[in-house]
Amino acid sequence: MKYSPLIGLEVHAELNTASKMFCSCPADHFGKTPNSQTCPVCLGLPGALPIPNKKAIESCIKIGLALNCLINRLSKFDRKQYFYPDLPKGYQISQYDQPFCSEGSIALESGKIIGIERVHQEEDTGKLQHTVLNGEKVSLVDYNRSGVPLVEIVSKPDMESSNEAKEFLKKIHELVRALDVSNADMEKGEMRLEPTVNVRIEKNDGSIHYTPLVEVKNINSFSFASSAIDFEIKRQIEEFEKTGIEKSDTNKTTRGYDSVKKITFLQRTKEEAKDYRYFPEPDIPPFILEEDYISKIRQELPLLPDQEISALVAEGVELKYAKILYANKVSLLAYNRHKEESGIDKSRLASLIANKKIDISLDIASQYNKLGQVGVTDKTELEALVRKILDANPEVVQEYKKGKTNVAGFFVGQAMKETQGKADPKTLNSVVLEILNH
Amino acid sequence: MKELHTLSIDEVHDGLKSGEFTCTQLVQHFLNRIEKYNPKLNIYLSLNPHVLEEAALVDKEISEKGINRPLLGIPVAVKDNFLIPGMPTTASSHILEGFMPQYESTVTKKLRTAGAIILGKTNMDAFAHGSSTETSDYGPTLNPWNPEHLPGGSSGGSAAAIAAQLATVSIGSETAGSIRQPSAWCGTTGFKPTYGRVSRYGVVAMGSSLDSPGPIGRSVRDCALVTNVISGQDQYDATTSPKEVEEYTKDLGKDTLKGMKIALIKEYLLPDLRQDVKEAMLNAANKLRELGAVVDEVSLMDPKYAIGVYTVIQRSEVSSNLARYDGIRFGHERDRFNDENKRRIMLGTYTLSAGYYDAYYKKAQAVRTKIINELDKIFKNYDACIGLVSPGPALKVGASKNQPMFGEMEDVLVEQSSIAGLTSTGVPCGFVDGLPLGLQITCAQFNEAKALSIADCYQRNTNFQLFPNLEENL
Repeated sequence: MKYSPLIGLEVHAELNTASKMFCSCPADHFGKTPNSQTCPVCLGLPGALPIPNKKAIESCIKIGLALNCLINRLSKFDRKQYFYPDLPKGYQISQYDQPFCSEGSIALESGKIIGIERVHQEEDTGKLQHTVLNGEKVSLVDYNRSGVPLVEIVSKPDMESSNEAKEFLKKIHELVRALDVSNADMEKGEMRLEPTVNVRIEKNDGSIHYTPLVEVKNINSFSFASSAIDFEIKRQIEEFEKTGIEKSDTNKTTRGYDSVKKITFLQRTKEEAKDYRYFPEPDIPPFILEEDYISKIRQELPLLPDQEISALVAEGVELKYAKILYANKVSLLAYNRHKEESGIDKSRLASLIANKKIDISLDIASQYNKLGQVGVTDKTELEALVRKILDANPEVVQEYKKGKTNVAGFFVGQAMKETQGKADPKTLNSVVLEILNH
Repeated sequence: MKELHTLSIDEVHDGLKSGEFTCTQLVQHFLNRIEKYNPKLNIYLSLNPHVLEEAALVDKEISEKGINRPLLGIPVAVKDNFLIPGMPTTASSHILEGFMPQYESTVTKKLRTAGAIILGKTNMDAFAHGSSTETSDYGPTLNPWNPEHLPGGSSGGSAAAIAAQLATVSIGSETAGSIRQPSAWCGTTGFKPTYGRVSRYGVVAMGSSLDSPGPIGRSVRDCALVTNVISGQDQYDATTSPKEVEEYTKDLGKDTLKGMKIALIKEYLLPDLRQDVKEAMLNAANKLRELGAVVDEVSLMDPKYAIGVYTVIQRSEVSSNLARYDGIRFGHERDRFNDENKRRIMLGTYTLSAGYYDAYYKKAQAVRTKIINELDKIFKNYDACIGLVSPGPALKVGASKNQPMFGEMEDVLVEQSSIAGLTSTGVPCGFVDGLPLGLQITCAQFNEAKALSIADCYQRNTNFQLFPNLEENL
């Protein structure tokens, strides 16, 4: 038997626009007095009508462009209908069959391409608070979040492990932050994750089977997503072995995740699934997006995480340091500010900052010069030092020549000791190897 | 001196300007009439509690600055689906009983900015679901021409308010026929602007892709004066058009229709039309010819298809638009929806359900496009289409009971123009059995000025814009 998990992800990101998706109320709702940021539109009062937020749509298109999506020239909003107390209109304005962006992709570290099904625009719901008031159990509704712009990113089921899923999620997280379209603060619920999981099973007789699809709802951390996926893979294989039930058009289920017990639990089956009765939102005319408009947004895109990291690598920075610098904007800024100064080796500067050898809150150039003296300016001095150590240890040199190449580290260590750790490891390393190999 | 309730907008302004009467006197006069006749006709659901204070302010303004606003001091009746703070808005449904709006509809805001005085809110079919006002949860309005008959609907209260002369002009809203059909049955002039010409913001939604607010008045000119005020793009309604608003009174007052080509829609002369009703229609066509227009009989798609399209689209949108009355807010449970509301919610929910959407909603939209294209073709060669508004005069009270498709049958002749979002004027064109009949003059989108100008010429050269004698009738 051979098992290959098939994992797809839906990511909801709240946009960081100033106003809500369809009205002018502030979109920043975190920690605000309940129902202090509402109006007839986001309260769904009779007669109120939605006016789409241009900035939010631009953000959605930015995400689509960054994910190599096709931007659909003709797009529209639809009503997704269901009853819930936090949904004041009885429907959510979303996009059904003509999203702003579709058919994109993103590459993982391994080079593997994960397909993006669609990136669409919608609005967030209000929030329920279950509490006790005057000794009575009550549910209160706060509509501050109602109508906050949300973008939903839907991947294809191209991931095969929780690790890949986690990497994908981190990349999406980095991307929306780099685009500055969402703060994507997981703890504030600004980014929510929904993995869909099933398993492809190849039996020894060569027959292929798929376990029923499971969607795990509303997870708010990468590690929870990863653990929910692992749990599902294991659970689905066990269930298949017990029951032999395969995926069908009618047996998709929705499960929740219990982060304490680290298990998923059944929420509803397809038979109970909601029929959202989508239809085109008559209050908002369809959008015709002109090429000019799209290319203007494309031009405004900042350097994306992968592009920025590749640019650092192209400058000579090691990949691992490039990633550290990228992950910490202040470090990256410090690096960029000093990399062009005379006498600076970019790779070495990056490694010093990444390894925290340089305190970026202090004067960077003087620290670099102090640390850099031995390593860079005095390569000849290092060579003399290494030759001296080699001469003192002929038996170790013999071992190296016999093929025990890892003893090179011994010489590096000795030289480091002699220079009190001031030698640049990279330069030292290359000097040691150069001499040993001659 | 003419009695105050019989005055047109221009006449009111003349009287206010010359000091013949004050706005307070005018408003008080209407209040007296309302007090006298409303209990019998059930036209107003509620009155503006501040109306006399507002009238006093108008008198002060006129004494200081004269009349510098287009509708200054004009008493207006407004259909109860327009939100106005300080006045309850129920859309004639018990589920919104006692609902006090927190914001104001764009239309009433524009009216008030133009100086109009809102007298009160008028009865309608609950949530505009009907063509009789019989589905109102507050009882039907009766037809001022004959109280045994219905006023039509859904803007039945607003049309009856003009026929009974309980306001100078009124505001209605039309999804398909809801301005023109009650205007025809009450013998008033009703005007449906192009969809997107007048903002829907703050109007309790019925069929969102069709709803068009518009005026009902005692003349085409009064309707045009109100349309001048309420039209235009609204930052709160994304479906309003950026097209510039024309001066809708500019082509009024002409006594010839020379150069106009008018299409008399053959299919609107339904086979089972009463002979005298058909004659009224043909007489109207002849009158237009007499005034210089070329009137040809032209064929259009059988209007019966419009009933299907309209029913599916409107019910689908209704089922969605009424979802917000979920019993959590607004103070009342959902059992306060009446039978007609429930029927429409159920049918719309069904037509949007998975597996049925393609067969109903999608197909309806496809036929809608076909209807639009057919009408476009006619407007390539003709300035306007004409037909009767309603296949007959006002039906008797009770006629809509147990007839779930009552409205659709009564509105069969106006649905195509609504589906296509066109503009259309309804003017009185004759009487049968002592009840008025209405003619519709329909033009291509945003040709409001033309639809008003043809109707104005016809109206001023015929003598059908009459008013009932309430003392005799009631």
